[in-house]
Amino acid sequence: MGKVAIIGVGQTAFVRGYPGSIRELAFDGFKDCMADAQIAVKDIDASVVCSAPEYDKQRSPSGVFAEYLGLNPQPTFYVESLCSSSSTGLKLAYSMIKSGLHDVVAVIGFQKMSEISSAESQERMGRGTDVQWESPFGTMMPAYYAMFAGAYMEKYGATLEDLALVRVKASTYGQINDKAVYRKAVKLEMLSDPENPMSGPVSSPLRVGDCCANADGCSCVILASEEKAKELSKKPVWILGLGSASAPVNMAGRNVFTALDAAEIAANQAYKMAGISPKDVDVAEVHDCFTIAEMLAYEALGFAGPGEARDLVRGKETYKEGSIPVNVDGGLLSKGHPIGATGGSQVRTIVQQLRGDAGEIQVKDPEIGLVHNIGGVGLYANVTILGRA
Amino acid sequence: MGKREVDDRFKKFGTVSFTSITKTNDFVSQLEQGKVMGTKCKECGLQFFPPRADCYQCLSSDMEWFEVAGTGKLMAFSKLKYGPVGFEDDLPYCIAVLDFNGYKVFGRIDKELEDTEISIGMDMKVAANTLPNGQLNYIFQKP
Repeated sequence: MGKVAIIGVGQTAFVRGYPGSIRELAFDGFKDCMADAQIAVKDIDASVVCSAPEYDKQRSPSGVFAEYLGLNPQPTFYVESLCSSSSTGLKLAYSMIKSGLHDVVAVIGFQKMSEISSAESQERMGRGTDVQWESPFGTMMPAYYAMFAGAYMEKYGATLEDLALVRVKASTYGQINDKAVYRKAVKLEMLSDPENPMSGPVSSPLRVGDCCANADGCSCVILASEEKAKELSKKPVWILGLGSASAPVNMAGRNVFTALDAAEIAANQAYKMAGISPKDVDVAEVHDCFTIAEMLAYEALGFAGPGEARDLVRGKETYKEGSIPVNVDGGLLSKGHPIGATGGSQVRTIVQQLRGDAGEIQVKDPEIGLVHNIGGVGLYANVTILGRA
Repeated sequence: MGKREVDDRFKKFGTVSFTSITKTNDFVSQLEQGKVMGTKCKECGLQFFPPRADCYQCLSSDMEWFEVAGTGKLMAFSKLKYGPVGFEDDLPYCIAVLDFNGYKVFGRIDKELEDTEISIGMDMKVAANTLPNGQLNYIFQKP
């Protein structure tokens, strides 16, 4: 059985208040990807649409998108795993091709979050956890991750400054990413200055600056079989490893609050499949929905030992010039987090890096890249490893 | 024909309940009597909190109730300064997880506790609680 390639990547800019409907948002992301792939719409023989439901009124958006993008009568369907939806879509597309059932599959991830208020959005995300036993207490994503932040800081002595340094790094690259929703600089002192909005408390110990921004956006990734990739694409990037896992939804089912176990399981699967170890990764995208999440990701992925993520942060090892560059596109923190679009956008960044097309954020000569994309509070975990050969 | 009786007691659980009908509805009646209860599988003895009607270990649905008694250790907590829609009047409030060595409990810390009184590793007990809007939940207190 042959390999599976990524032959096209694209995304809209991540914005607040996209001036169009979701089908139009999907068109923009798809068009950007098609311009990159340089293939015909008729070459695509199936599509997978990914988002977290209930941010817009459309049920079953795959049908609407397939019609609007000219993808009828090819099969299309909808998948979701909250913030990790488009990585789940990518895994499905990989399986569809690997099985021999399909040759070229488009994975379209989207979210239009601006149709509802921020508080309503928090309520939707809160209901992505245990709606029977947790949501009645008034839960929201920042509060869950804040519990992990507090427990992690207590156990390992990490500080609010360590968290702030993650935000500073994100902004360094968000400023130069024209797809990013947050293009401003964030300086370390902004998160400790009580007069600065970035230091405003959200859920202790997390501050405004520790949290990613809601956004509207669409990403698109086109996968192809080895045979089709060689026929259609000049610079395919290959999927070398895929790992995915789940964890108990309810926090009462978690064994620790200092790590996200499912992400580590997914990472180990992906490393094994790719036949590599963490030190072989040249560039990575991790799910930094909150600053603490990026530090937990370093440890889940084996870039740092337990409690040692702060050493990478303080040593600037995850900057573009460091030993393991992470989120050099601004990450979720600055690029923004339109839930269903995020995984595909992370894949886009890594594909561009491996092709050597990443422009100002290009890291030096990467061979292997990694995408870590998780949904809920580490409830769904997907790790994808991509390679140039 | 009379109207079908619907047991929707669970709609009283929490500031805003998103579930009204569950096989664990008795949990709410027990809360009304001041008790916080989990379930235990009669087949294999596995204890569950939150309570479940069904055991995943032996696939039995023969369960009995047990009271969450004694103290658990505070594993993690966070105080919310913003809340989702419907919870504005409760703010600020603190969510947390207690470890009872065998099962864990997710809930809220009693508002009466000062921030300085809360630390990871401390022992806490669980108590049934009536919210200002008349709804029921449970809270964690100093033993």
